[in-house]
Amino acid sequence: MTGLFSEVFLGALLFGAITAAIPLLLAGLGEQMSEKAGVLNIGIEGMMIGGAYLGFVAAFYSGSLWLGFLFGACAGIAVAALMALLCVRLGLNQIVIGIGLTLGLEGLTALLHHFQFSRSYPRLPAAERTEIPLLADIPVLGPALFRHHLIVYLAIALVFVMIYVYRRTQLGLNLQAAGDKPAALDVAGVDVIRTRTVAVLFTGAMAGLGGAYLANVGAGIFIPFITNGAGFLGIVLAMLARGRPVWVLLGALLFGLCLSLTTAMQVAGINIPTDVIQMLPFLAVMVMLVAFGRRGSLPAALGIPYERGAR
Amino acid sequence: MTSASPPRPAGKPDLVTLERVTKRFPGIVANNAVDLSIRAGEVHVLLGENGAGKSTLIGMLSGLQQPTEGRILVGGTPTPITSPRHALALGIGTVFQHMMLVPTLTVAENLLLGGSWWRRPKAGELQARAAEIGRTLGISVDLGARVEDLSLGEQQQVEILRALLRDSRLLILDESTSMLTPKGIDDLGALMRRLAENGLAIVFITHKLKEAAAFGDRISVLKLGRKVGEITPERLRSLGEDEIVAEIVEMMFGARAGGDPEEAQRTARAFPEAVAPLLEVRDLAVPAGSGTPGLSGVSFAVRPGEILGIAGIDGNGQKQLAEALAGQLAASGGTIRLAGEAMDGLGVGERHRKGLRYLTDDRLGEGTVGSFPVSINFFLKQIGTPPFWRNGIEQTAAIDKRAGELVRAYDVRTPSLETPIGRLSGGNIQKILIAREFADGARAVIFNKPTYGLDLANTLATRQRIRDIATGGAAVLLISTDLEELLGMCDRISVMASGALVGTVDNAADARTRVGRLMIGLAA
Amino acid sequence: MSIDTTRASDMATIEQSAAAAGRGHLQRRVLMTLGPILAALVLAGCILLAVGVNPLAYYGFVVERGLLSPTGIQQTLTRMAPLLFIAAGLIVAFRAGMWNLGGDGQFLLGAVIAAASAPVLVQVLPAWLALACAFLMATAVAVSWSLVPALLRAYQGVNEIITTLMMTFLGTSFANVLVKLAFLDPATTVPQTRTLPVEDRLPRLFDTTITSGLLFGLVAIVAVHLVMTRTAFGLKLRVVGANPKAAIHVGLGVPGLTVAVFAISAGLAGLGGAIDVIGVQGNVRADWNPGYAMAVIPAVFLARMNGFAAIGFVFLLSVLSIGGESAARRLGVPHHFTLVLVAIVLIMLALAEYIDHRFTRARRA
Repeated sequence: MTGLFSEVFLGALLFGAITAAIPLLLAGLGEQMSEKAGVLNIGIEGMMIGGAYLGFVAAFYSGSLWLGFLFGACAGIAVAALMALLCVRLGLNQIVIGIGLTLGLEGLTALLHHFQFSRSYPRLPAAERTEIPLLADIPVLGPALFRHHLIVYLAIALVFVMIYVYRRTQLGLNLQAAGDKPAALDVAGVDVIRTRTVAVLFTGAMAGLGGAYLANVGAGIFIPFITNGAGFLGIVLAMLARGRPVWVLLGALLFGLCLSLTTAMQVAGINIPTDVIQMLPFLAVMVMLVAFGRRGSLPAALGIPYERGAR
Repeated sequence: MTSASPPRPAGKPDLVTLERVTKRFPGIVANNAVDLSIRAGEVHVLLGENGAGKSTLIGMLSGLQQPTEGRILVGGTPTPITSPRHALALGIGTVFQHMMLVPTLTVAENLLLGGSWWRRPKAGELQARAAEIGRTLGISVDLGARVEDLSLGEQQQVEILRALLRDSRLLILDESTSMLTPKGIDDLGALMRRLAENGLAIVFITHKLKEAAAFGDRISVLKLGRKVGEITPERLRSLGEDEIVAEIVEMMFGARAGGDPEEAQRTARAFPEAVAPLLEVRDLAVPAGSGTPGLSGVSFAVRPGEILGIAGIDGNGQKQLAEALAGQLAASGGTIRLAGEAMDGLGVGERHRKGLRYLTDDRLGEGTVGSFPVSINFFLKQIGTPPFWRNGIEQTAAIDKRAGELVRAYDVRTPSLETPIGRLSGGNIQKILIAREFADGARAVIFNKPTYGLDLANTLATRQRIRDIATGGAAVLLISTDLEELLGMCDRISVMASGALVGTVDNAADARTRVGRLMIGLAA
Repeated sequence: MSIDTTRASDMATIEQSAAAAGRGHLQRRVLMTLGPILAALVLAGCILLAVGVNPLAYYGFVVERGLLSPTGIQQTLTRMAPLLFIAAGLIVAFRAGMWNLGGDGQFLLGAVIAAASAPVLVQVLPAWLALACAFLMATAVAVSWSLVPALLRAYQGVNEIITTLMMTFLGTSFANVLVKLAFLDPATTVPQTRTLPVEDRLPRLFDTTITSGLLFGLVAIVAVHLVMTRTAFGLKLRVVGANPKAAIHVGLGVPGLTVAVFAISAGLAGLGGAIDVIGVQGNVRADWNPGYAMAVIPAVFLARMNGFAAIGFVFLLSVLSIGGESAARRLGVPHHFTLVLVAIVLIMLALAEYIDHRFTRARRA
């Protein structure tokens, strides 16, 4: 039992929790904006894997993680642009197209990876970390929480940016109107299609960034299907958070902790199938839903394409 | 408006002019070469039945739709109005028939919608301007309130305020009185007058002749997409109300019909106490839902052949009453008896089978399945019952045969029995619903706003159907927000407010005043 | 937390196109299907060119190995068996307007339960009875796995997309736990369940290697199609799907129907898993997840939830995946390319439908 509660173990656990939580956080925050604006973005898994692949390729050839993040976000935006064109502008079914994009991108990245690296699975060097002065020196917690790549802190700061955007800005108002009553936004003189497109593109950028982080910092490697449902987890987080960014953060940390626990237990040589621990966050959420499942508070127009003049 | 005696043939220049504007949709011509001139300081009433093309005309003025032919001039210059944003920039503000506010946002947030997205909403400036406009025009709204908590009348004021905040020069009000109390309608009329005096142009759309005569400076009459006549301010001033109504009726129907055709003979009949009630409700109670009112202590009785009206402002529990009677909404207390037999605990299908029928006001929303064929829609309340289904298997021949009979008997105009019902007009859908609820042993029928959204011909036909089934001995409960309809149809009228019946009056000569007093919370 | 991602308009087009297909618009329908598929093949071919593979050679190989060669077509038809069950389950759910995205979890649990029970049961019961019991247990477990999302949707209005997605993650992990902890075959070093002897599996058809599960699958999907289109129960489900408010208005017991839909849908998916194990695989290895349900969802949509059309698309999917797996071994193109192809076909067909819709409307104007 000493192994389980040693400082090293605890530190690794918390560090891993943050690392695992960041992609979920980014995906969840991205998805949240789409949902607020009335688009159920099931294609987010595809955006993530696209970001993971292109992000990895860019970082691998340039040697710069930041370039990797940039390209990851761009890949996510590119997939999101297709989604926006098909589902927002043309009004095709969001679930069908979303699943199609996810399958397609999973296949495409696996294909490209195969031809590019022909099963060599190259690794990236470990990411450089930014230490937060003073805080980083706290025993156990310091190295676990305050010695991460800079993008980690930026992602957490983004939570508060989103709170500000939703509460205090015109964009926040427009997004909510686009999800709750798009016709009202339209007659107020704001282009609903454009507002929703912006939201979907933002989702793509965040998902792509999350994917790039997952591959470049989290794993240091790209393998096909590496996202393994992280995008879907983002959807779950966004839906459970009901429009509040802080809840996405809390949810992401909870899921991250469970994922990290899986790895940590393996490292510690504890003989419980990882699957049991992987089930924990889902069990927790399902129990919460059963206990507190209540109606309401999803945008009224979620999932419905907007067409001017149609009632 | 000055009442200068010599008529000014040119008058003020037009603010907005429509020149031979035509709008075609698949299969119909919604507007056909309409000319219209809208001037500052005038309340211009657009009068017409449903389907006359009023809403399409508004759609084009507010940038939602583009004319197929013809042009719109703003300030004398031909200007295509390309989007709602463009319309707002041109100073054209619209208050739509279906409220265009975001229910989950506050009034202030709704008013701020449409600003540049990167800016912070200017809440302080808004407050000052709203207060100023409110003071001059007598509009008062709570900026901090959530829109979903406001009444429809209050929401309408918010929309008017929004149009004024945007410095509109032209304010369009689309069917704005259909949800208001008699007093609310008078208030709106007075507000329009003040706005016109402040130099705004007002376009007021309605299908009610009396409102047109009372509020309009200029009246244009639309019929089947064409403008069939216009009464100028000069003529309006020289005519009395009855003469105006007579003239409009002539324009709309081509002949002197002798007053408002909607005004029918009152049927007030006395029903002897000795006759046992067919539909009897005692202390019916329904708990309030989120956003819907509950019912408490509702009691009434309807005798065979009698029409009992339920008046009241929309949203006071009328729909809940109808749904509780139909078995669609669970009651928490009280009893419902049909010919002495308790209905409590029975489901919709069972009540329907025993003869308790409910004709919903939401024809496409819940009454029918728009994508299903006409034939199936006749039998939605009988799914699984013989002869249309045997052992759970659909009997297409039996369904088509009966559906064909009903189509003929109720004069439904449909290309075929296979046509998806959603493609039919509102009037034909209503006929199908009537057929469904009347057929095979209706004993008590609940109507919820049966003529809402129908054109005149279908309105009159529907009312005749209601009278006929009552004459045939059925008990009829007629829920309507249209007081004229109730006065023209019912034997007695109950008024509903906040989920309870606040009084019942016999439909005698003084019924209008007494119902009106009950509706605004006074004793009859 | 209730949303309706299937709006009336969506379902309307589905219903209408289903009806239109039945009324002699078949020719146009076929054209509207083949055109986009051809376009998709061309687009996907461009991707192949980009990675330096001759698309014609690839497609030729896939057709040869998936469709024309005797072993290939037999494998293809065998692959169809589980897919048909999943498709049947999805048709029920989607027509009733419920997004059961949890098919993979339900499939795996069914598979694991069948794999765990069948080898034991055949030792004590006559083979046919043992297999029947295994099927029943697999179905029952899959059904119970869907109960939580079903009850939450029916009585709390909780959106089923997230709950079924979560239950599928849970189910996948749980299936693994069962394989590794409860039903591990002690005789092998590989973590897997005990293997059902070949002679106890479902019989092959005639002298081929095709599993008789294919027949069960065909029966299941045709039965589902007939129930949905010809019976009172199916009509009730379609009313719930096309207009939930109308369902309440006409007095349907929506919560009960919702639970029934989930039960049928999950039960069929679980049965699919059992058919795959008892007919073909013989056991379940740890971490085995073929992801059939996610792949079948597009096929069901392409078929516009019509059972017969779904058979065609499932066949196409099987040809592509069997041929693609062969091509992976021979041509070095990963079989993931099939996913790309399916996705492009899906998007092309959706686009074609959109253009067709616009065109029809413009012509009517």
